[in-house]
Amino acid sequence: MTTTAAQQSSARDFVDLCRNRWQGRVDASADESGGRLACQRSDLVDVCQWLGQERDYAFATLIVEETADGRLLTYVFYGSDSPRLVRVELALAAGIAEVPSIAGLANGPSADWHEREAEDLFGVRFEGHPRLGEFVLHEDWPEGVNPMRHDFDGRARQTHRAVDPKWEPPTIVAASGAFAMPVGPVFSDFAESAHFLLETVGEDVIRTIPRFFYKYRGVEKIAEGQMPDRTVLLAERFSGTSAFAHGLGFCQAVETICAIAVPSRALALRTVFAELERLRHHAAVIAGICRSTALVVATSQAELIEEDLLRLSAEVANHRYLFGLIRPGGLAADISADAARRLAEASRAAAARLGDLHDMLRYSSSFLDRLEEVGVVAHDRARSYGLVGPVARAAGVDRDMRKLFAYAGYKSADFFVPAEKEGDGYARLRVLLREAEESAALVDRLVSSLPAGPISAPATAWRAGAALSVVEAPQGAAFHWVRLSADGSVARYRITPPSFTNWHGFHLAAENFAFQDFPIILASFGLSNAECDR
Amino acid sequence: MASWVLKGLRTGIRTTTYPDRPETAAGVTPGRPQGTRLGDDDAADLVARCPTGAIAQQDGGVAVDLARCVHCQRCLRDDAGTVVPWEATYEWASVADDKAAMRRLERAFGRSLHIRFVDAGACGACVSEARQLNNPYYNMHRLGLFMTPTPRNADVLLVSGPVSDAMRLPLQKAYEAMPTPKRVVAIGACAVFGGVFGPSFAAAGGAAEIVPVDVVVPGCPPPPLAILHGLLLAVERRPAVPTLSSPPQAGGGRS
Repeated sequence: MTTTAAQQSSARDFVDLCRNRWQGRVDASADESGGRLACQRSDLVDVCQWLGQERDYAFATLIVEETADGRLLTYVFYGSDSPRLVRVELALAAGIAEVPSIAGLANGPSADWHEREAEDLFGVRFEGHPRLGEFVLHEDWPEGVNPMRHDFDGRARQTHRAVDPKWEPPTIVAASGAFAMPVGPVFSDFAESAHFLLETVGEDVIRTIPRFFYKYRGVEKIAEGQMPDRTVLLAERFSGTSAFAHGLGFCQAVETICAIAVPSRALALRTVFAELERLRHHAAVIAGICRSTALVVATSQAELIEEDLLRLSAEVANHRYLFGLIRPGGLAADISADAARRLAEASRAAAARLGDLHDMLRYSSSFLDRLEEVGVVAHDRARSYGLVGPVARAAGVDRDMRKLFAYAGYKSADFFVPAEKEGDGYARLRVLLREAEESAALVDRLVSSLPAGPISAPATAWRAGAALSVVEAPQGAAFHWVRLSADGSVARYRITPPSFTNWHGFHLAAENFAFQDFPIILASFGLSNAECDR
Repeated sequence: MASWVLKGLRTGIRTTTYPDRPETAAGVTPGRPQGTRLGDDDAADLVARCPTGAIAQQDGGVAVDLARCVHCQRCLRDDAGTVVPWEATYEWASVADDKAAMRRLERAFGRSLHIRFVDAGACGACVSEARQLNNPYYNMHRLGLFMTPTPRNADVLLVSGPVSDAMRLPLQKAYEAMPTPKRVVAIGACAVFGGVFGPSFAAAGGAAEIVPVDVVVPGCPPPPLAILHGLLLAVERRPAVPTLSSPPQAGGGRS
């Protein structure tokens, strides 16, 4: 990523501002990876609050790393000003586990789950956090065992703990006839495992208490010590329906660390495949929304589009979900001129069919009745929770990582990011439909002007270092933090997928609704539990 | 509403004729590697390139343990060295290891099945491929195969994922809630042997660690037709295929 002179000067202004504000208590600097503010525990809350409230930065992720002399906590923020990324670093000496929580800040709710996760996996204690414990690791996990610590052996199988977990969180609704209805973890025909406790007084659901991490596979732990060519298998496979985006996120981080220059043809093709994946993913979510309202023909139409795109992926890239295609340095396979033509033709056809479907859905009043004003996420709540992707854009939070960070071939690509205001189920459907059409158009444009040349950089020596890579996965912003050791093995891999960010805000849309709308709200969020749980 | 009816009629019938006739459309399967005859150096190189240990040297070439293949395609990319041939098949299901499983498969059911799906930590691709069975292309209802919302009505438990820690108990309870006779079909590399995830502190490393598996459908993910083959195998409407692909004999035939 190259920076312009204007961006450099405003990054310098940012550094000066921070130095003046905290008078040397905060060590501020900036380089091509963004701004860096190293602070003490006493200033952490103030720094994070200032970034969120005065500078309009959104919270991206919290990375905990064990270092030689303690722990390093890195809070990452992103925004549209320069520097686009700001890392707030807090070094903790060995033996100190208490850190002030930032979850109470106005932009803090987005840090809420990150702190809960760090408490479970690392044993960091966030002072002032309203609710810690039993988050990633459920109640049958032994107390005080933190699997992400270096002294914990992740490859060793845990002996099964003979506990029958009965998860009964405190219910809040106190009314006559009120009861809590459990849904999950095994429910519906093909739903991914998750649990929802619906507090209800008959037909009306007052609030929803979701619970995730039934599918926690410890991807970040088992990546440690593995070489990038093995870790990329995990990056692709922890969330199979957005495999290419996450593979790209991992590879970009490795390429930044090792200063690998990816050839232009590979960059363009990566953009093509990322958009093909987005198109297919959105077709699947649209099919899910139609299915949740029992509109059978529309469901079939969307399913046909999805299956055709899966087949197209297998034809041009040998895999229906684009596994095995990306690797550090470029791509593992090129596409032929015939395949490029096939891609252009098929994406045009998919766009036309989605357009038809959109036109028909717009005039299906019984369908619209089920979606309009259902599952509303208000604009200010979408912002304070730091929601991302189509869910956020449907509520008017107009952020897209392809525009903000212009990675791969997006710098030169001409595309439009649709947004709506209402934040309801119909707004999310419209965003998905228009984004899918835009992705199809982008694939068509890109494959007709592919640069010639190699698809992979020559092999380079590994380097020690760390980098954050940002991609716009189909569900929204994904942050991949990678630290490599000098031999190239992964020392720390932290993935913040969009489903993690957006599931955190799901309960906002699942309040005070009629019970039969639950599947519709669920479908219109279109999130993946595999992606969230990792 | 009339417009939707017309739209449906105009779309026509798209459904595959499998299993009566083979499906020949492009892109229904990613294909998978085959055992092949090779020199020792090339064979050793392929063994080293395979990240899951699916490829092993055997009889003047390499054999592929298809149950362990995750379709990384590293044995297919020629820029890395020698390649093995890939075959665009989709009938991938096999009867689980032991002969006891075979006996349990003997005509326990008629032709129809009710299926309960359990996601035990799958990445979403297996879930998506299983869901495609209800789309107009595969339409499993035409074969008498139905999803059921409760294990109490289920004949078959369809399991995907390496069985994450928190899904052990739900999986076990779902199995126990099913009436006998019952069968378990494990779909995807994760449910078959743990895939790229397990076994580890967070995953059991396959459905067989928790429940007795009758039919395995390898693949990462197995395409819809492979899952369909697994279900048809559970009611013995299609034969099993071996999970080991050995190099062809010098005479031309396969061992």
